[in-house]
Amino acid sequence: MKFTIDWLKEHLETEASVEQIVDTLTMTGTEVEAVEDQGEALAAFTIARVISAEKHPNADRLKVCMVDTGKGEPVKVVCGAPNAKTGMKGVFAPAGTYIPGTDFTLQKGVIRGEESNGMLCSERELMISDEHDGIIELPEDAPLGEKYAEYAGLNSVVIEVELTPNRGDCTGVFGLARELAAAGVGDLKDGSVAPVPATAGPTPVPIELRFGPDEPQACRMFAGRLIKNVRNGPSPEWLQARLRAIGLRPINALADITNYISYDRGRPLHVYDADKLTGTVHARMGVTGEKFDGLDDKPHEVDETMCVIADDNGVLGLGGILGGVSTGCTEETTNVLIECAWFDPMVIAATGRKTGIVSDARYRFERTVDPAFVKPGLELASKMVRDICGGEPCEPAIAGNIDIEEKVIDFPLSEIKRLTGLSISAPEARAVLKLLGFWSAGSSDTIKVAVPSWRSDVAIKADLVEEVMRIVGLDKVPVEPLERLAGVAKKMLTPIQNRRRIARRALAARGMDEAVTWSFVSEQQARKFGGGNGALKLANPIASDLTDMRPSLLPGLLGAAQRNANRSFTDLALFEVGQVFADDTPEGQRSFASGIRTGTAGLLGSGRHWQSSAGAVDIFDVKADMAALLNALGIDMDKTQLVAEPADWAHPGRGGRVQLGPKNILGWFGELHPLRLTELDLTGPVVAFEIDLEALPNPRKKQTRAKPALNLSDLMPLSRDFAFIVDTDVPAGALLKAARSAHKNLVSEVSLFDVFEGKSLGEGKKSMAIEVTLQPRDKTLTDEEIEAVSARIIAAVEKATGGELRR
Amino acid sequence: MADLKTIENLRDQISADIAAADNLQALDNLRVRALGKKGSVSALLATLGKMTPDERKVAGPAINGLKNDIAAAVETRSAELKKAELEKRLASERLDITLPVRPGPLAQGRIHPISQVIDEITAIFSDMGFALAEGPDIETDYYNFTALNFPEGHPAREMHDTFFFNPDENGERKVLRTHTSPVQIRTMEKEEPPIRIIIPGRTYRCDSDQTHTPMFHQVEGLVIDKSSHIGQLRWVLEEFLKTFFEVENVVTRFRPHFFPFTEPSMEVDVQCERSGSEVKIGTGTDWMEILGCGMVHPNVLRNAGLDPDIYQGFAWGLGIDRLAMLKYGMPDLRAFFDADKRWLDHYGFRPLDMPTLFGGLSS
Repeated sequence: MKFTIDWLKEHLETEASVEQIVDTLTMTGTEVEAVEDQGEALAAFTIARVISAEKHPNADRLKVCMVDTGKGEPVKVVCGAPNAKTGMKGVFAPAGTYIPGTDFTLQKGVIRGEESNGMLCSERELMISDEHDGIIELPEDAPLGEKYAEYAGLNSVVIEVELTPNRGDCTGVFGLARELAAAGVGDLKDGSVAPVPATAGPTPVPIELRFGPDEPQACRMFAGRLIKNVRNGPSPEWLQARLRAIGLRPINALADITNYISYDRGRPLHVYDADKLTGTVHARMGVTGEKFDGLDDKPHEVDETMCVIADDNGVLGLGGILGGVSTGCTEETTNVLIECAWFDPMVIAATGRKTGIVSDARYRFERTVDPAFVKPGLELASKMVRDICGGEPCEPAIAGNIDIEEKVIDFPLSEIKRLTGLSISAPEARAVLKLLGFWSAGSSDTIKVAVPSWRSDVAIKADLVEEVMRIVGLDKVPVEPLERLAGVAKKMLTPIQNRRRIARRALAARGMDEAVTWSFVSEQQARKFGGGNGALKLANPIASDLTDMRPSLLPGLLGAAQRNANRSFTDLALFEVGQVFADDTPEGQRSFASGIRTGTAGLLGSGRHWQSSAGAVDIFDVKADMAALLNALGIDMDKTQLVAEPADWAHPGRGGRVQLGPKNILGWFGELHPLRLTELDLTGPVVAFEIDLEALPNPRKKQTRAKPALNLSDLMPLSRDFAFIVDTDVPAGALLKAARSAHKNLVSEVSLFDVFEGKSLGEGKKSMAIEVTLQPRDKTLTDEEIEAVSARIIAAVEKATGGELRR
Repeated sequence: MADLKTIENLRDQISADIAAADNLQALDNLRVRALGKKGSVSALLATLGKMTPDERKVAGPAINGLKNDIAAAVETRSAELKKAELEKRLASERLDITLPVRPGPLAQGRIHPISQVIDEITAIFSDMGFALAEGPDIETDYYNFTALNFPEGHPAREMHDTFFFNPDENGERKVLRTHTSPVQIRTMEKEEPPIRIIIPGRTYRCDSDQTHTPMFHQVEGLVIDKSSHIGQLRWVLEEFLKTFFEVENVVTRFRPHFFPFTEPSMEVDVQCERSGSEVKIGTGTDWMEILGCGMVHPNVLRNAGLDPDIYQGFAWGLGIDRLAMLKYGMPDLRAFFDADKRWLDHYGFRPLDMPTLFGGLSS
């Protein structure tokens, strides 16, 4: 919504500066988007006379003009406009002028061998309209050498405001004037409209509302008035200038009047050439298949959800949104029907969305137009048409009526202090409300406040609090500390929030970069990683590869790996901690921590190094990441079950899952399946893990935070090495477990320090060597006792693995 | 009997030899030759037994003195030789300290700026006694709109370019939450006031350009009790902004605005200095809109089962990604979700850069 300061002053008696007006609008809730001093932008453009316009010797379409700028020698200008001619007056810009319409600064130049020291301008170059067929032609009496902006009335300050969807009343300059007056910036002038007497008798054009009982009452009131024998033509200069200043192109007097009232009062209107109407003009819901050609020069189709204006021949236009060409007014129009109707904001908004039509009428109706201003709006339009175009008005025809029920709110004045902390006296609050058009009555602490018809957005006490506060000024609200609640604050994070926080720091501490990737992936990716559930598919995705809520964090990370690889970064350690979706319920959303390592990005770094070059990553890199992460979250991986049944995304022989039991799976790890690699256009190796942070058990509630007593032995531990030859498919875990449990009292630690396969051992065999630490408890062990423990260890391992001690 | 002269000669002889010894082995040989069982000094000591008491009175201290002096001289020389030997070794042992080392995982891993900023926000509000709440990304129309006082068909709904799921068998279609505000309702339904929560999380709108991505992050704040008002809202937000941007003072401007779920509603601008795409908070004369807030609308309280004549409170919401961009200077929002290693390494935070109020939000 744009307006000029001059226009504002039509309704507001004020001496306030532009700055004060802008600040007041801003601070009372009307956001000012832009302030433009048109005079300043166009200061260099002056009125000039073309002394001569000769054909350019070297170009058919160009002319060489000598221009009298009103001062000094005539200036030579090369001009391409077809309408440049000797003797005309136009708008001149000297070299060095910034041309707003084309966004460049004019330079002196030589065009096809002829010098050019300036420019004769079109309206588009001045950004006052889209007109660019020729240069501006001014009347003979235009003052030579004067600033064009001043002459054309383009010296106004234009203010553009952005309105919230609740303030239909501010879509007109009058409404903004009322806001400013309430805030003390001036006095609101009388805006009442006197009826225009009918001089041409009853209307010959019947008007009706045709809505069935089951249909939305999309048009609640339709006032029409026929004015006979008008002369339509260009509107007066003041009106054109006013429209031009806010970026509207003057069309003809009738159209300009409707645009003017739309901006002046926030009251959209429509005018029909009455001679093109057939039968009864009526508002009704559309019928699928009906069409009309809009004033936007485009064909439009309507349907049952849209309110149309029609006559006996069919649809004329979309009510409250867009008129049609077939009954539009032209210079030849002599009998005009003015429409002033009230359309339901919801219907308008829905139709606007569906059709995508953006119009000044839609902008206003979807914000709710003052229902009490239907008749006055029609009178105002009648007056302007009669004053500008002449003619004889018929009696108005009115279909429907809006029951304007007066909203009265019981308003305890204490609410202001309760909700804002602002102390304000009753008379002050009532004065503010009065200036905004609210009437109040009563003298007790709770007053009755009547809401004016133009404020459909005000319905409850809190709305009135806002009205008072915004006019008094938010800066008057005293800042007051929020008192602490009693006691030391409880832990801020829930267990799962804390797990996510710890997981992030733990994985970053393992040299991994945290990624944040889209919550949606392609359907193909979703299927490959356990998703594809129809309930998780977006109905309106923004891109074809962002269609399904992610079932896993891995597709996002792998996509990132691919993008990085395309930039030749192939050694990556990436993780993400975030939500994945099993279904569309709140419980179906789970927090995972997942990571990938690619190329040689191991724990200690990637690539070659003089001390130790990093080798290709393998599943033990990510197994270590998982173990570290679980440890950071209080879970010892040695106490979990490792099952060699990897996820579908993994190499079937290189991966597995970590679980506490078959129904309590904590996560998966493995090497990415070669097929997934190919699909993602990645070269391996890529290893990955995922941990379901919500599957981890909550720590048991403890009676005490004290740790168990530290039991240190004074006796020296001793260690013994054993090597066993076992079948290659025997898992190391089985061997270690057997050794650990061989003598729980004495065996304090078992570590695997060598795994070896070789011909010397025989086909299908491998050797695994362990170091067992024995911790004597109450006395030094004798050689015999050590022998006995060793024998137990050997027996236990041989039994568990089917192998034998390597001798 | 060994006369004193002999003793002195022997002392001179051995002392000279000790001084001349140029390695520990030679010194030890000397020691054995003098003080060993068959050593020259030991031989002198053996003569004491055959002396008369008077002779012994004179010779005893002399011979014993000789023995002690020689032992001390050996010890001194030994220390000198050891020192020289160590010096020689140290002089020959030289490592090239410029050989590079692996930086190690702590130097390589990075925390994403969004996580870091959420931790910063959490640190600040934890000091004000807030808890952290959250809710699902996939929401019902009721929680995302209706309960928050967005009437069906209302144009305000259209300000949110909503992602929809396909309708279920009952014709209900879920949405990707367009803001974190549904969690206000979910929290108020579950918890008794007083409520003080912040709600960080992912939000979604069907929109994409340099400053809009289809997924982004918001943090919502909610205070519900029987007395909280706009004066306190101003305090909370001003304290937050000052602490978050780590500046002495932040000048704010609260402007009335419209949101369906608050009444009165406001937008907050901060004073800043813009130069090109860079924005400095805490100085300058420009204003930049930074968040929306207001008193929780009575209908929202009612929808959550609270009586608006008894309970009241305020809420606010702001963009986490935008806060990160303003504080840390990233120019393009889209890069946040691209996981470009160069970007993560440049804009990311070290694993131990943990924002706290006691150690500072950022290092």
